[in-house]
Amino acid sequence: MIPAAFEYYRPTDMAGVIALLKEHGDDARVIAGGHSLIPMMKLRMAEVPHLIDLQAIEGLNGISIAGGTVKIGAMITQHEIINSAELEKAAPIMKEAALQIADPQVRYMGTIGGNVANGDPGNDMPGLMQCLNAQFHLVGSDGDRVVDARDFYEAAYMTDREDDEVLIAVSFAAPIGGFAYEKQKRKIGDYATAAAAVQISKEGGKVGAASIAMTNLSDTPIWSEAAGAALIGTACDEASVKAAVTAMLSDIDPTEDNRGPVAFKRHAAGIVLGRAIARAWSRA
Amino acid sequence: MKDEISREERVAGLKGLGCSRKRVEDARFTQGKGNYVDDIKLPGMLHGDFVRSPYAHARIKSINIDAAMALPGVTAVLTAKDLEPLGLHWMPTLAGDKQMVLADGKVLFQGQEVAFVVASDRYVAADAVELVEVDYEELEVIVDPFKSLQSDVVLREDLVADDGSIPNGAHGPRKHPNHIFTWEAGEEEATNQVIDNAAVVAEAEMYYHRTHPCPLETCGSVASMDKVNGKLTLWGTFQAPHVVRTVASLLSGIEEHNIRVVSPDIGGGFGNKVGVYPGYICSIVASIVTGVPVKWVEDRMENLMSTAFARDYWMKGKISATKEGKITGLHCHVTADHGAFDACADPTKFPAGFMNICTGSYDIPVAYLGVDGVYTNKAPGGVSYRCSFRVTEAVYFIERMIEVLAIELNMDPAELRSINFIKKEQFPYTAALGWEYDSGDYQTAWDKALKAVDYKGLRAEQAERVEAFKRGETRKVMGIGLSFFTEIVGAGPVKNCDILGMGMFDSCEIRIHPTGSAVARLGTISQGQGHATTFAQILATEIGLSAESITIEEGDTDTAPYGLGTYGSRSTPVAGAAAAMAGRKIRAKAQMIAAYLLEVHDNDVEFDVDRFVVKGVPERFKTMKEIAYAAYNQAIPGLEPGLEAVSYYDPPNMTYPFGAYVCVMDIDVDTGVPEIRRFYALDDCGTRINPMVIEGQIHGGLTEALAVALGQEIAYDDMGNVKTATLMDFFLPTAWEVPNYETDFTVTPSPHHPIGAKGVGESPHVGGVPCFSNAVQDAFRPFGNRHTNMPHDHWRIWQTANNLGMHD
Ligand SMILES: Cc1cc2nc3c(=O)[nH]c(=O)nc-3n(C[C@H](O)[C@H](O)[C@H](O)COP(=O)(O)OP(=O)(O)OC[C@H]3O[C@@H](n4cnc5c(N)ncnc54)[C@H](O)[C@@H]3O)c2cc1C
Repeated sequence: MIPAAFEYYRPTDMAGVIALLKEHGDDARVIAGGHSLIPMMKLRMAEVPHLIDLQAIEGLNGISIAGGTVKIGAMITQHEIINSAELEKAAPIMKEAALQIADPQVRYMGTIGGNVANGDPGNDMPGLMQCLNAQFHLVGSDGDRVVDARDFYEAAYMTDREDDEVLIAVSFAAPIGGFAYEKQKRKIGDYATAAAAVQISKEGGKVGAASIAMTNLSDTPIWSEAAGAALIGTACDEASVKAAVTAMLSDIDPTEDNRGPVAFKRHAAGIVLGRAIARAWSRA
Repeated sequence: MKDEISREERVAGLKGLGCSRKRVEDARFTQGKGNYVDDIKLPGMLHGDFVRSPYAHARIKSINIDAAMALPGVTAVLTAKDLEPLGLHWMPTLAGDKQMVLADGKVLFQGQEVAFVVASDRYVAADAVELVEVDYEELEVIVDPFKSLQSDVVLREDLVADDGSIPNGAHGPRKHPNHIFTWEAGEEEATNQVIDNAAVVAEAEMYYHRTHPCPLETCGSVASMDKVNGKLTLWGTFQAPHVVRTVASLLSGIEEHNIRVVSPDIGGGFGNKVGVYPGYICSIVASIVTGVPVKWVEDRMENLMSTAFARDYWMKGKISATKEGKITGLHCHVTADHGAFDACADPTKFPAGFMNICTGSYDIPVAYLGVDGVYTNKAPGGVSYRCSFRVTEAVYFIERMIEVLAIELNMDPAELRSINFIKKEQFPYTAALGWEYDSGDYQTAWDKALKAVDYKGLRAEQAERVEAFKRGETRKVMGIGLSFFTEIVGAGPVKNCDILGMGMFDSCEIRIHPTGSAVARLGTISQGQGHATTFAQILATEIGLSAESITIEEGDTDTAPYGLGTYGSRSTPVAGAAAAMAGRKIRAKAQMIAAYLLEVHDNDVEFDVDRFVVKGVPERFKTMKEIAYAAYNQAIPGLEPGLEAVSYYDPPNMTYPFGAYVCVMDIDVDTGVPEIRRFYALDDCGTRINPMVIEGQIHGGLTEALAVALGQEIAYDDMGNVKTATLMDFFLPTAWEVPNYETDFTVTPSPHHPIGAKGVGESPHVGGVPCFSNAVQDAFRPFGNRHTNMPHDHWRIWQTANNLGMHD
């Protein structure tokens, strides 16, 4: 497990990064925490002749919460997400989800930017970003733009990001109501067999708003609008949870792998979502 | 002279048998001061790496090495053609078969070694591997041993004669080109008769999946051929360094005194490092060819894909009993998938290892075992993963058969075991399949275990849970896993145990230094078991010098006496016995010296902890330290100077450790997630040398048992692709997945071992796998489960529940 040779760059400003990306096109990639990219390079599944480290770029590692908007710099690690008291207050689902990613060693290195930009259907943050209706902030040689997380993912490892664009931050409106991130996995350090991100707000004893997203059950994260809709206006009773699960099941499209056959994954997805809804509702 | 310290203090000062002495190895290991194969760096050393087959079965049409050779830093690219003139393109296996070192015309499993690149560093080597062009023609792949025995596809053309006939293999006649051997024990006709006429018969078919020992350190070697003095030094991950030296000599033609094999620190073996691998041979050849040292170290994927697997047994059983539950007969047939080459590591006369211990801890009057070995397009191996030869398979088989019989009898499985235990007074007990069990007291251990966990209470709770489940109040079911195992370890008596003709004795050599400290060398090699700690304790008690003053050395064939190495829990039963015997030789000479110094007759002194005393006059004594000094500085009439001894120990029998395990598990039937609520392990390993080391071994063995039972597997798809070649998919439990273990013990010494010790390193694995599996199966028993195969990972548990209609 030894990667092919590569050139290593450590620019100190974003212009330097963009210039390198523009110069080398397809042959260049940025590296953040490296905990998705380096394994791929070692397996020689990713060949990256030009590797551009983002560690020395300023302005990518802040968390700001202002005017009801949460903004997280791309280089914020999962460990920092877990340990930010401010963030926990504004969007506690971030901590609950981050704690279920990999293990402490990986979380010290893995960044939110890398996690959402990677495009691996196994990553947990993309699904969570669907649930939170986040925006992704990109800069590139053609300037800045903002993309909705819900429009970002095209297929496994295929995203809306251009080769010469860098993701600098994610932002979302601080969620209100109850939340839950529920994940079934085989062991510590494993990607999800099935995972669900749920935010529910309560109005007069009924579900006011609900957002539901699923992870590792299709080749992209799945925001199931219909599943959320099935809950709205209900008392989150058994029948409506069932309806939400049914709606979710028609949005996902899992494939068989070592985690199990399709029938099992669909069953597990239903159970995981049911539990996430119950927990979120209990907190709403 | 009055003694200033008490006898108890003198005993404690020895840190001998029974003392929970801290491991002396750990100071090094916990500070990064271990010295493993990959730590060895020699001047001018080159690095080897393999081109491996992406296909499970293919003919090789051509290999083009030009581009690889053109890469700066590449010294050589070896293929079978280069090894053929040396007769090294194939090598003998430990099982009497032969194996390609580098692909000779075809490949037979994914990951097979095709070419060996030698380069200036590991990075260049890896790049060069990519540049070797191999032209393959794909052939039909067989991954199912049953299909293999029916197929027209001949996997091993080298084992079919020109006229199409099938010559005998190393273990007798073969029925089909893809058949390796049939091996039988017991009496088939008599067994069938009993079973056919029995009041109750239970049957089960079970697949014990293929898995892998997966030591943290992968396999590797460094070969250094000194062309000036003609000496070859080979460092490697060897569980049996002396055997490697002999094999290397036989294969290379280099005289054995010119070969030095060193096993440095080894980061876990579990059987994976018993075999001889192409990488070892290639590093040797490459060093001979280049004249400089050559290192080969495999990576994790290579380790999982190509070096020795374990298990892969398809077992079919029938067990009969009276209506009262007394077992009357047992029939077992195994279809053993050995992969592409028969490279199992078993004593020569036992191609299915000690699978014939499959009557377990029970008094079964008649039994039969038949095993058919079969070739498939999978990696070779078949080692004993943390167990004596195939004992894990045997114990799993009988502990499942007992459970299935209990269902058939509608009887409590704990009671069924009690009814059938070999009784204390029956030892030594000769089992229907031939083994003579040395000692045991099963009922006492069983009663202690059941009481400790409040077995009756657990069953009552389980019954309530079943009702609650049926009423829809819970989605969790509860399982009580039982297992009572008897191991057979310490191979073994030279009269029936050998590997490649080498009898399976072991050895110890002791030198006492004049100031009363010592160095002892043994033919075994620790891979984490803590030999430097525990062997010193055996010697401390035998010779009366503190364990702190005794250095233990192993693994260097130039200094250690010949031995057969460490696996199959043989170190304590065999080398530990050799240590005790060598210690007794030291003591015998020390007695003569003491008598001389005390001016009495030899028979008038006796050993007492750390000294010889004049009988009846305890104030007249000579300590071992004084005696050691005298051995080197006094001319004693009739005695040679010095105080040294060597012992080669040929054990009269195996040892038979046993244990009683109970696991309590809660299982979520919707997610298939099991939660281990409790795990109780009672082990009887005879005399206990170091309780703390024993406990550590039990924790480790149970954890590997949990791994195998709950998910650890080497899985192949129909094309022979390995589906579980990384640690993302190959289950290696972490602290998170591991429950709290409660350990307990009884002590039934081995009557034939000098200190009564039996070995313990593998017991927890052997007993643990059926215990975890039985817990899962027991949870579903009230809902109609008889047997489901391991590994019980989430989706398979879910499927069990699903098949039983528990999701409807
Ligand atoms: C053993 C193990 C277990 C894991 N388990 C989980 C898990 O359960 N759940 C989970 O979600 N993740 C898991 N991960 C992945 C881990 O969270 C990664 O760290 C994360 O997915 C990627 O973040 P990174 O900073 O390491 O990105 P990198 O590996 O550095 O980069 C990943 C990809 O994103 C690109 N990229 C990185 N940053 C940017 C940016 N700012 N702009 C544009 N492109 C960028 C890179 O070019 C690369 O293609 C696991 C990893 C390991 C090693």
